Amino acid sequence: MISRTIVRLGVLSVFGRWRGALLLLLPVVLVGLAVVVRVLVGDDTGAAQNTLNAFGLTVAVPLVALLATSGLVAPEIDDGSIAYLLAKPVSRHEIVASKLLVAAGCVLLFAAVPLLVSGLVLRPADPDLALGFGLAGLVGGLAYCSLFAYLSVLTRHAIVVGLIYLLIWEGLLGGLLDGVRWLSITRWARELVDAVAGVRLVEDLPLWYAVAASVVVVLGGAWLTGRRLRGFNLTGDE
Amino acid sequence: MSSPSEQPAGVIHDLGYRRYTGPRLGGGAVARSFFLTGLRNTYGLGRSGRSKVLPMILLATMLLPALILVGVLVQARDLLGLDSQIVAYSTYPITTQLLISVFVAAQAPALISRDLRFRTITLYLARPMGRSTYVLVRLASLAAATFLLIAAPLLLMYVGGVLADLPLGRETGRFLGGVAGAVLLAACLAGLAAVMASLTIRRGLAVAGVIVVLLVSFTVVSTVQGVSSVTEHGTVGQVAGLFSPYTLINGVQVFLFDSPAATPTPPEGTAMGLLHLAAVLVYVLGSVGALLLRYREVD
Repeated sequence: MISRTIVRLGVLSVFGRWRGALLLLLPVVLVGLAVVVRVLVGDDTGAAQNTLNAFGLTVAVPLVALLATSGLVAPEIDDGSIAYLLAKPVSRHEIVASKLLVAAGCVLLFAAVPLLVSGLVLRPADPDLALGFGLAGLVGGLAYCSLFAYLSVLTRHAIVVGLIYLLIWEGLLGGLLDGVRWLSITRWARELVDAVAGVRLVEDLPLWYAVAASVVVVLGGAWLTGRRLRGFNLTGDE
Repeated sequence: MSSPSEQPAGVIHDLGYRRYTGPRLGGGAVARSFFLTGLRNTYGLGRSGRSKVLPMILLATMLLPALILVGVLVQARDLLGLDSQIVAYSTYPITTQLLISVFVAAQAPALISRDLRFRTITLYLARPMGRSTYVLVRLASLAAATFLLIAAPLLLMYVGGVLADLPLGRETGRFLGGVAGAVLLAACLAGLAAVMASLTIRRGLAVAGVIVVLLVSFTVVSTVQGVSSVTEHGTVGQVAGLFSPYTLINGVQVFLFDSPAATPTPPEGTAMGLLHLAAVLVYVLGSVGALLLRYREVD
């Protein structure tokens, strides 16, 4: 189900150029911020939660997913070299699964683990909080990867569309309208933190729904991406 | 039919085409029209219909809150006892920063990365226009487009406020302060975005890079400022404000025009204010320098 060659090429294209530097920047900033907050405030639950939630889960995780996923599919479509990949006798679903595996590795390495580390820096006495944020970062990041992968085979402007979804829907409207929580990956991830660490980041969202919705987005996004690739049409720029 | 051994008999005839003898516009005119084309292109004018969608939607979304604010001000001024703008001119850009960031991030590559990717840059540089002119004019187009986006809602609020009978002199002063802030913010944002966009030929990567830098810097700065204002480490928060264009320009406006602060830790004292001004200079001159350096070896 996984093609090792595609995984190898995917890793190269994610870390090629300075996309790798941008990817590396986010976890470094996250852990640095955790250290600064810890020095300024000391061991404080509220500040720890705010930092991990406002920067880690809401900004860093989706951006890592966006950077990783956009390095995998979009450049190949952009320069047309995906034609060579699609011409190989490899199932389209296998291509998508292999590429998403690379993205998942990036999310684990650059989002989930740094969240865990910053959680431990901020609250060494409360490993549940760090664990909760790490797990939520992984699940939320995977869901974002699937979503962005589907976007990048749907439109050439996947990054802009993804950013607008992220900033306007999750950020702006999510803060204003409570009902958005039913359709917001970040809020499902927050519910996971609530369940693991026993805090209250999001109100009135059942855990089973958060888990089920995340799984549906991960699997559904991957499957739809593969389906879309089966009948893929290469078109010119603009 | 001629055999190969025959002498070639071709001649170039002077057909009497006339040379162009009219006035030739100099480098200034080249730069001016290049600037204007760039400015139009950032809003999708002169490009395909699809590239007009995003900038026009962003401009409309920028104006919408200002329109609502003006409507509330005009309708409910006596009811609510308002005697000034509901949202200060200097606070408006920081409130709508997501839209401004998306605009800059999406349009900087449209001006800069595409020239590198489709090799149009060689055509530009083959003209009498020099490299540094190309760089400066591109930057100016982007900055002017960003300025229009930031300043348009401010103008709407100003006109609405004056029509709603707010004191003219005071309102004009505050509006001019807001416009000065918009100029500085547009210059900082355009510089940062242009540098990022000139480093890659991939449009998507450039967009993501600019957004990552703007969004991450603002979130980190506001987290640090929030924490430092609670824990009496005010100076840390004031220095942190230097690292995001939005908080920086808001600080400059607080320092220069005594605008209401939109951050928890605005700069206090002359030294901190001057530091903010110096930081603006570093942002702008630094990005111009970086761009000139980047384009020194482009071919």
